[in-house]
Amino acid sequence: MSTRTSLDTTTCRADFPILNRKVGGKTLAYLDNAASTQKPEAVIEALTDFYRKHYANIHRGVHTLSEEATVAYEAARDQVAAFIHAPDHRGVIFTRNATEAINLVAHTWGRTQIKAGDRIVVTLMEHHSNLIPWQQLSEETGAELAYVSVTDEGHLDLASLDQHLNGPVKMVALTHISNVLGTVNPVEEIVARAHAAGARVLIDAAQSVPHLPVDVEAINCDFFAFSGHKMCGPTGIGVLYGRPELLEKMPPFLTGGGMIERVEREKSKWADLPMKFEAGTPAIAEAVGLAAAIDYLKGVGMEAIWAHEQELAAYAWEQLSEISGVRVIGPPAKGRSGVVSFTVEGVHPHDLAEILDSEGVAIRAGYHCAHPLHQCFGLPPTARASFYLYNTRREVNRLVAGIRQAQQLFAIKR
Amino acid sequence: MSDLYRENILDHYGNPRNEGVLENPDISHERQNPVCGDVVQLDIKLEDGRVKEARFRGQGCVISMASASMFTEKIKGKTISELQELDEEDIFDMLGVELGPSRVYCGVLPLKVMQEALAELEQD
Repeated sequence: MSTRTSLDTTTCRADFPILNRKVGGKTLAYLDNAASTQKPEAVIEALTDFYRKHYANIHRGVHTLSEEATVAYEAARDQVAAFIHAPDHRGVIFTRNATEAINLVAHTWGRTQIKAGDRIVVTLMEHHSNLIPWQQLSEETGAELAYVSVTDEGHLDLASLDQHLNGPVKMVALTHISNVLGTVNPVEEIVARAHAAGARVLIDAAQSVPHLPVDVEAINCDFFAFSGHKMCGPTGIGVLYGRPELLEKMPPFLTGGGMIERVEREKSKWADLPMKFEAGTPAIAEAVGLAAAIDYLKGVGMEAIWAHEQELAAYAWEQLSEISGVRVIGPPAKGRSGVVSFTVEGVHPHDLAEILDSEGVAIRAGYHCAHPLHQCFGLPPTARASFYLYNTRREVNRLVAGIRQAQQLFAIKR
Repeated sequence: MSDLYRENILDHYGNPRNEGVLENPDISHERQNPVCGDVVQLDIKLEDGRVKEARFRGQGCVISMASASMFTEKIKGKTISELQELDEEDIFDMLGVELGPSRVYCGVLPLKVMQEALAELEQD
């Protein structure tokens, strides 16, 4: 082993109650972390503790509980800002998830800044969440939607990016880490090139923030979106980070209570950031839960988590590549995230997932909300194993054994 | 081992019945399952208002392909109105297994293909 990580999997696993449960009589091997992650006791406890002792609606409540809830909610915002190195907590908007965060930008920034003839650049490796909002915007405005291509090895083709940047480009929206290929995109370099071309940049960080240290100031992007549930946090809470000077000029996304400063019969004045973008009662307990998740991840150490996942991904890549009939998709073993997608000749991924499930191994099968990528690679639906801090080499071995078992069962010539 | 993969299902997957296409079919329709990309094309030839012959062509998992194979046998001899009465329960009975929420779409794909085809037939 090249680097000894400080991550102790045995200790980590004990923090996650669900990892004790059996599936099909076998201990659960949860390898579907790119879809969503399990929750440590600390997060579950933070949620119940908040509901048991401190819960009330936030803002403008003068009573004790409302003040406690408001303090906890705003502390969660500060916690998020510090975690991603956001220079200004006013730029941290709580949303439902990354999808809602991206929709917020496409609807408000997009519909005021994009017009016919403009160009929006996405990549062929986007999750649908960072594709459909831009596709819709392009359809409505008449703006062009251009795709940065992906090399055979699974990297973004930067020459293709440069081509698209040469012209009336207004927005470059791309993923930090591919949810299918595990490719880590050179976002700092891409942001620099896009800015030089006069474009704004949105980073879909749903697959990066949970897994490695991120610094939005260093990345220097304009918008940055991620989901709480993929980083040990609750469902229903996500984050949009935006440059405050841009957010200030954008119209609100949803309107109603909580996002106004003054309301008259005919018109209203919007509240200051970040409240302008948080209409209605937000996910208060979930924000508190997300803060607990961040505390937990910081305690384990993001560097250690990343090193652990890279090591597991490389091990899985090697083990899977040794099975005849298995094709691993995406870049080679080194430097990729803990997402490993593959096909097994003669075994449909649904059937593979079913067999693995009966062995207690949870993986995902299908297009992983990335149809254009599968089309571009001429790929059938794929199977995907994705790792997190609590996964082990032993679980990779169980994955490999399950694949061999499925190959035997379906060894039928059609 | 998952009890989905019973012998009869694996048999229909490995030795599909009525696989292929028909010349000049009275009904021909294809549908893709958007979640997993499974595709089934169903061709039906009618005679005296009943299914004389049915063939399928497709790509997909064991469940969708076995279901399509069994389905071509099941619908043979049925009238259009009998075809219209078929529902998901009939598919579960045919397969002999209960499908969980994630696999229902695989199993009922051939049924959906036929239902879409019949709806189009009615419009014509």
